[in-house]
Amino acid sequence: MSRRMLLFADIDEPGLATRAVYERRGGYEQLRRALTMEPEKVLAEIEGSGLRGRGGAGFQTGRKISFLPKGEIRKYLVCNADESEPGTFKDRELMQKCPHMLIEGLAIAAYAAGIEEAFIYIRGEYVLQADVLDAALAEAKQAGYIGEKVLGCDYSLSLVVHRGAGAYICGEETGLLDSLEGKRGNPRLKPPFPAIQGLYQGPTLINNVETLSTVPSILKLGSEDYAKLGTETSKGTKLVSISGHVQRPGNYEVELGMPSREIIYGLAGGPPEGRKVKCWFPGGSSAPVLTGDDLDIPYDFDSLAKAGSMLGSGAIIVVDDATPILDVALKVAKFYRHESCGKCTPCREGTNWTVKMLERIQQGEATPIDLEIIASVCTGIIGNCLCVLGDAMAMPIGSIIAKFRPELEASIEQARTQREAELSGSIASEYALAAQGAPIGGVPQPAGAYPPASESPLLAATATMLAEPPSSTAEAS
Amino acid sequence: MSATPERTPSTGSGWDDAADVTKGPAEIPDPQSVEMPQALRAEIEGHMRLYPDPTSAALPALAAAQRLHGWCSPEAIEQVACVMQVTPASLAAVATFYDMLETSPVGRHSVYVCTNISCSLRGADELFEDFVKAAGDDPEFNVRTFECLGACDIAPMASVDGVYVGPLERSDVQPLLDDVRAGRAVLPEKQLARRLVADPEANSQQFPEHPVQNAVPVQMIEAPQGEQR
Repeated sequence: MSRRMLLFADIDEPGLATRAVYERRGGYEQLRRALTMEPEKVLAEIEGSGLRGRGGAGFQTGRKISFLPKGEIRKYLVCNADESEPGTFKDRELMQKCPHMLIEGLAIAAYAAGIEEAFIYIRGEYVLQADVLDAALAEAKQAGYIGEKVLGCDYSLSLVVHRGAGAYICGEETGLLDSLEGKRGNPRLKPPFPAIQGLYQGPTLINNVETLSTVPSILKLGSEDYAKLGTETSKGTKLVSISGHVQRPGNYEVELGMPSREIIYGLAGGPPEGRKVKCWFPGGSSAPVLTGDDLDIPYDFDSLAKAGSMLGSGAIIVVDDATPILDVALKVAKFYRHESCGKCTPCREGTNWTVKMLERIQQGEATPIDLEIIASVCTGIIGNCLCVLGDAMAMPIGSIIAKFRPELEASIEQARTQREAELSGSIASEYALAAQGAPIGGVPQPAGAYPPASESPLLAATATMLAEPPSSTAEAS
Repeated sequence: MSATPERTPSTGSGWDDAADVTKGPAEIPDPQSVEMPQALRAEIEGHMRLYPDPTSAALPALAAAQRLHGWCSPEAIEQVACVMQVTPASLAAVATFYDMLETSPVGRHSVYVCTNISCSLRGADELFEDFVKAAGDDPEFNVRTFECLGACDIAPMASVDGVYVGPLERSDVQPLLDDVRAGRAVLPEKQLARRLVADPEANSQQFPEHPVQNAVPVQMIEAPQGEQR
């Protein structure tokens, strides 16, 4: 049984990035058709398809468009191409290989929403993809798909490809808006939501690349047929980026609702020979982790939410059983510490202290009660900031602590034992030197101050102290 | 304690390097007094025309100035501020926020090694150490770790002057650096640009690989006197 390809059909056809090949395959026909329809009819098609946003939040695209105020107001459409959620690389492949599909979908959505000014905010690291988009946009303008009086209709649309400069937070919609206005990418207080007050204080529609690229397919199939794909609440196909410990990492197009095991093992080949799935992030590193026991969960918005995680951007990161979970947690936490914009205290301080506490475990200075503290810091972040960056660290870290507590406790114990061995080793060797009459800290010691090690009450006391675990351990368990 | 009412500017710890606290905070540079490369002015003005509010051009303008100067030096920021008619301070605030804008002098060839989770699971941290050993002291190179570059399918990977290459082995480090030094296309056989999609059902037939990508050479104006490179 072959899978349905809407976005990836013959994606590697030579020259698909050019208008000629895209048009030969029926490209821009849907835009042509949409322009003959009333905008309300086009919007009804998008709404009827049940399409949910592909960027992370999974909000109904049609409803989002309908939130925009009607009438002669200067409104904006911003395509979020700042794909920076760790593990996600689907938009990259789409923009690089089929940029005209994005431009066509964007134009249709803009027409449906009555928007005449649009921007694509692409992350600065995607140099090739931005160059491809620029070239495609020039072609689209030349052919009259973008510009004054699109295809001779009484509708105009301007489009600018705007390159970012490297900041995860600019993928957050209001951070993106500030960045697009030429400022630091600090998220804004919501409400007002961007649909009411966004770019340049005007009503703004913000959609992900994959969402907009899907729009031509919806018009082509008709909303009813599109809605037959996927599950009751998660319609259509979804691009899934799989990475980490799998044999065939990459992008795959699947119908929503496919069992996760089939994606991870069937498509991506599963972990290397002899290894098992220890945990996996179903929707980018911001999603709470699931374990090897959760592989039969259908891959769709609601099933993953019910399992306590999320579909997010559709990025599966697989971690095999040879990887210490502490390393995973630390890597994730460090990323969010680096990317926190610093505007809200719970996020700025919470990400920083979480990293410090996890490092303390690594250095052998932690006790199991530190896990409680980390968990409480995570709960202190969630829901208390302007945006969800802090939550995006707190959710996976919280879930790692909840699901891998025995392993983390063992790591704490092991690192502490090792550190204590080093510590008592260095005490013993320093003592041996002092017993031989060496000065301590540059100060000569009186003869006989340090009896042989075997007779020293000081050393005996130190040894007892190190052997006994601190009292907090007992309290924690 | 001095009784003079004059305040001396503080340069205490905690200030960003890019902020010159001895200067007045809100002076928009006078076009008469700023020496300005005409090509840069034209590029920035071109960006400003694209937006309903010209301030939106800050990122592309700073990126253009960085291409010319090698980093967002005080001089580069002053030139951008002069064209955009904003304060240098507001641009310094922007420049310090973004990872791709450099606020201290760096080598002109950037090697961003992704060390985020997916790449790290596949050995990116060791790879980065090898890059540092091989090129860390070379003033021509700006070797640094980077957060997820959005290419986990070729993990571990690096972006070399904007060209994505991977999956990298530790034995690729030297050939990669040699390619950059010689001005050749970087590791052509490992470039992301060439790869076909992973999904075997996406293409209905066998298509050839895509063309290799060449790095855009970094322009750089002569370093002004006293400016360390």
